[in-house]
Amino acid sequence: MQGIKETLTTPILRNNPIALQILGICSALAVTSSLKVTLVMCVALVFVTAFSNFFISLIRHQIPSSIRIIVQMTIIASLVILVDEVIKAVAYDISKQLSVFVGLIITNCIVMGRAEAYAMKNPPLPSFVDGVGNGLGYSVVLIAVAIVRELFGAGKLMGIEILPLVTEGGWYNPNGLLLLPPSAFFLIGFFIWALRSWDKKQVEEPDFQISAHTTAKEGV
Amino acid sequence: MSSNDSIKKIITVAFSLCIVCSVVVSTAAVLLKPAQQANRDLDRKRNILQAAGLLEEGKTVEELFQRIQPRYVDLRTGGFAEDVPAGYNQQKASKNPQLSTDLSDKEDRAGIGRQAHFVEVYLVEAPDGDGLDKIILPVHGYGLWSTLYGFVALESDINTIAGLGFYEHGETPGLGGEVDNPRWKAQWPGKKVYRDGEPAIALAKGSVDSSSPDAQWRVDGLSGATLTSRGVTDLVQFWLGEKGFKPFLNNLKTGDA
Repeated sequence: MQGIKETLTTPILRNNPIALQILGICSALAVTSSLKVTLVMCVALVFVTAFSNFFISLIRHQIPSSIRIIVQMTIIASLVILVDEVIKAVAYDISKQLSVFVGLIITNCIVMGRAEAYAMKNPPLPSFVDGVGNGLGYSVVLIAVAIVRELFGAGKLMGIEILPLVTEGGWYNPNGLLLLPPSAFFLIGFFIWALRSWDKKQVEEPDFQISAHTTAKEGV
Repeated sequence: MSSNDSIKKIITVAFSLCIVCSVVVSTAAVLLKPAQQANRDLDRKRNILQAAGLLEEGKTVEELFQRIQPRYVDLRTGGFAEDVPAGYNQQKASKNPQLSTDLSDKEDRAGIGRQAHFVEVYLVEAPDGDGLDKIILPVHGYGLWSTLYGFVALESDINTIAGLGFYEHGETPGLGGEVDNPRWKAQWPGKKVYRDGEPAIALAKGSVDSSSPDAQWRVDGLSGATLTSRGVTDLVQFWLGEKGFKPFLNNLKTGDA
C-alpha cells in the first residue's frame, strides 16, 4: 500500500494521466488557448475527480457490480452539474468561454478511469487524495500548454500584455497556429518527450522493431 | 459480494442514489438561480452597450447604463406603450396569441413566425442630458441554423447606423459565426439605412465596391456564409421596415411618439 503522499504526488509527473496514460486529451486541446479559462477548468476537474472518487469509494461495498458504471456516471454527472451551476453563478464570462467543456468533464476519461481503477478498491480518504493527485497531474499539463499558447499566440498571460503585438504598435508577431486547437497536440507531444527523457521508465517498448536497411545489392 | 447483485439490492441502490443526486442538483440549481439571472442581465446590458459602441474601459456596465432609458414600444401603433403587463418577456410573448401577431409568409422576411406586440427599446440620452443621442433596437431573425438575437443602434438622425451586434446565435464557427468578428462589425457604423423611405441596408456579395453609388447602404458579405448573410440582411431590413420599427421611428422623428 502506497502512503498518502505518494498517492498525491505520483500522478503529477511519474504517472501523469495525460502524458503517460494519454487520457483526457480532448479537453486539453479545447480549453488551453487562454490561461484564465484553463485554471477554472483545472479547478473544476480537480474538484470532480476528488469528490467523485470520495463518494464512489464511500459506497463501494454497496454498489452492485452489474450497474457499477451507471452508478459512477450518476455521481460524476451530478458533481459536474453542480460545478457548472457554480461557475455560471460566479464566473459568467468564463462559463461562456468554457461552454460545453465543463459538461464534458462527465465523459473525461480521467474521472471514470480513476473511479473504476482506484476508488472501487480503496477506502474513501486515499481515493480522495488520488483524485486530487490525478486532477493536479491533468492541471500541470494543461497549465504548461496554456502558458505557451497564450504567451506566444496572443502575447498575453492571464489577459495581461507581456509581448506587445505588432498590430498594437509593438514588435511581437504572434503565432496564430497556437490559438487553434491542433497546436496543443504538438505541445503535449513535446511535454511527453521532455518527461520521458527525464524519467526513462515511462518510455514504452516499441510494438514493432524496424529491421535494418537492406543494402542496395540485396534489394535488386 | 453476490448479495449486492440481487434484483432487490440493485433497485434499492439505483433508486436511493437517484434521490440523493437529484436533491443535490436541484438544491444547487434553485439556490444559484438569482446569481445566474443577475449575470445574464449584466451580460445583456453589456451587449446593448457594445452594440451602440458605448462600452468604455474603466467604467462599470451599471454606470454606463445610467445614460440609457429602456422604454416599451407598441409595434402596432408605432408609439410608446404604457400598459405593458408586469414581467413581460418578448420571447415568451411571441408565442402567446394574445400578445403577438401572426405574420404572413410574405411579411415574415426574418423567419420569426409571430411578432410580439411590445418590444423594449433603449434610448440613449446625449451626454449633456439634452435630447436623444442614440437609439438601440433589439432584432432577431433566422440565419442558417439558428435564430440570431442582437441589437442595432441608430444615431439620432434615425438613418445612420451606430453599431450592430449579436449576443446569441448558433451559426457555424468560422463561417456564419463571423458575425461576431469585430472587424466585420466595425463596418456597420456610419452606414445608412433608408433610401427613399425604404430600408436599403444589405450585405453585399463579396466585398463592397466603394466606388459604387450603393456603397453607403452596403456591408461586406460573410465569405462562405451566403445563407447567414442573407438572414442578416433580411432581419435588419424586416426590423427597420414597415412591420418592424419604421412607424415608431417615423413618429420619433416627427415627435409624435
